[in-house]
Amino acid sequence: MSQDKATLDAKTVAKIAHLARIKVPAEEQEHLAGELNKLLDWVEQLGEVDTDGVEPMTSVAAQTLRRRADVVTDGGYPDKVVSNATDAAEHFFSVPKVVE
Amino acid sequence: MTNLTHLSMSDALAGLKAKDFTALELTNAYIAAVEAARPLNAFITETPDIALEQAKASDARYAAGTNLPLDGMPLGIKDLFCTKGVLTTAASHILDGFKPEYESTITENLFRDGAVMLGKLNLDEFAMGSANITSYYGPVLNPWTGKDPAGADRKLVPGGSSGGSAASVSGRFAIAATGTDTGGSIRQPASFTGIVGLKPTYGRCSRWGTIAFASSLDQAGPMTRTVRDAALMLQSMAGFDPKDSTSVDMKVPDLLASLTGDIRGLRVGIPKEYRVDGMPAEIERVWQQGIEWLKAAGATPVEVSLPHTKYALATYYVVAPAECSSNLARYDGVRFGLRVEGKDLAEMYENTRGEGFGKEVRRRILIGTYVLSAGYYDAYYLKAQKVRARIAEDFAKAFEQCDILLTPTAPSTAFAIGEKQDDPIAMYLNDVFTVPASLAGLPGMSVPAGLASDGLPLGLQLIGRPFDEETLLRVADVIEKAAGPQPLPPYCR
Repeated sequence: MSQDKATLDAKTVAKIAHLARIKVPAEEQEHLAGELNKLLDWVEQLGEVDTDGVEPMTSVAAQTLRRRADVVTDGGYPDKVVSNATDAAEHFFSVPKVVE
Repeated sequence: MTNLTHLSMSDALAGLKAKDFTALELTNAYIAAVEAARPLNAFITETPDIALEQAKASDARYAAGTNLPLDGMPLGIKDLFCTKGVLTTAASHILDGFKPEYESTITENLFRDGAVMLGKLNLDEFAMGSANITSYYGPVLNPWTGKDPAGADRKLVPGGSSGGSAASVSGRFAIAATGTDTGGSIRQPASFTGIVGLKPTYGRCSRWGTIAFASSLDQAGPMTRTVRDAALMLQSMAGFDPKDSTSVDMKVPDLLASLTGDIRGLRVGIPKEYRVDGMPAEIERVWQQGIEWLKAAGATPVEVSLPHTKYALATYYVVAPAECSSNLARYDGVRFGLRVEGKDLAEMYENTRGEGFGKEVRRRILIGTYVLSAGYYDAYYLKAQKVRARIAEDFAKAFEQCDILLTPTAPSTAFAIGEKQDDPIAMYLNDVFTVPASLAGLPGMSVPAGLASDGLPLGLQLIGRPFDEETLLRVADVIEKAAGPQPLPPYCR
């Protein structure tokens, strides 16, 4: 593994995991760093491709996205909206206290 | 009486119209087959009550002469499609208990045309995998599991991510099934189980109500026992849907009419870059056989070049995780599915997602988060999007010289459960032949082409021009006829 490339350590894994809001136990961070580094090393091969002047491809559809009138087309059923929530009260989703 | 579960969809429809048997009899035969197949672990949820009710409605329509295109056909539905009131899991712990209040457009279209739902099929968690071993509900067994030619036992994977779909169709406990394909998840399992799998052009089938993995790549398609059945089923699945912004407003042609058997003068591109190092001689032999079949039917093979093929997998493993990290941000324990409490909201999110996602999904979210993060976005994500443009351009150029491409579907036959499990890159290589067409949004199809020397099925892949599923089906039909009747998997013998 070359040193001039971005190399992920356990600390970086912890940081990404926090960005992704996924708890990764400390004892798994080192191993995960190794796995992720292998993948990143492998995708380094893309550097071999000449992409000067190439537009990044964001969609395979040649079309521009359709527009529609800005009107309400759906809704009016709060019971259904909250029906799958673990914790819902009076058509609200409940979460732990956010503001002190 | 014939074994009802061994009929193709077209034959079963003919039998129902001729009143040889009823939809209820057919569905009952399948419900029994689903129960008997439980050791293969292909279904996450069985829905016999819904199936029986739908079958009775089918019989009423047959009696009244108002029968629909797929009336009474007992299908398996990949558990990535939201089904109203029926547990929908994406094979993930994080969707525990989720019963959608709405129906996906794909299942709605199939039910509109009279299809019967046997249940929800197992898959790799969030469709991320190539062996159906990442499911929270455990691995699926390939119906080709059994003795190898030397007489030793082997437990095989069905491929993935549509592993339950492939197993149920191959094992004769669903007449056909829905699949989804992001990088090969319909075609590779079809090859591993000896069935037909069709990934339509991106935009042909609505993504609405299908749980998202990588939105610029995800596409639903049929998994069937015959090419004719694939045409029939896609006819019902496809079509414009205003609820999906990438659904294409284009009439779906009469797909059955494309099965003319006439491919005279058709130019079949053979991409030289698909001869990869270390590819088993068997794969090469089957590919050569396919070329001979098409030549014998009057087509002309043309060697073409797709120079960026070798970069497709690495491109995919930047683009797909990036999209997945964004798509899967919605699973937070607040509105549906699993919730694991924490001392505050942030900790609740982290605990829920830490416990709810399996290892492969977690790995992909983390890689995706990394390549999208400040400082790395240009080097990884933007670069991959540019290489993706190069790959799409390769196909556009190749289609100036040919009308369709013929390649192997997968670089091997089905492997044993446990193999390649500890090496993500070795697992990703399964999709080396299917990923390029996905990146370009092109229609691709796997057709059974016989057995390899290890006694396991192998498929040939056809790749078509955008929205030219007709040529795909026409050529697939010719291959199917040339290959002749395929043997049943050991599970059905």
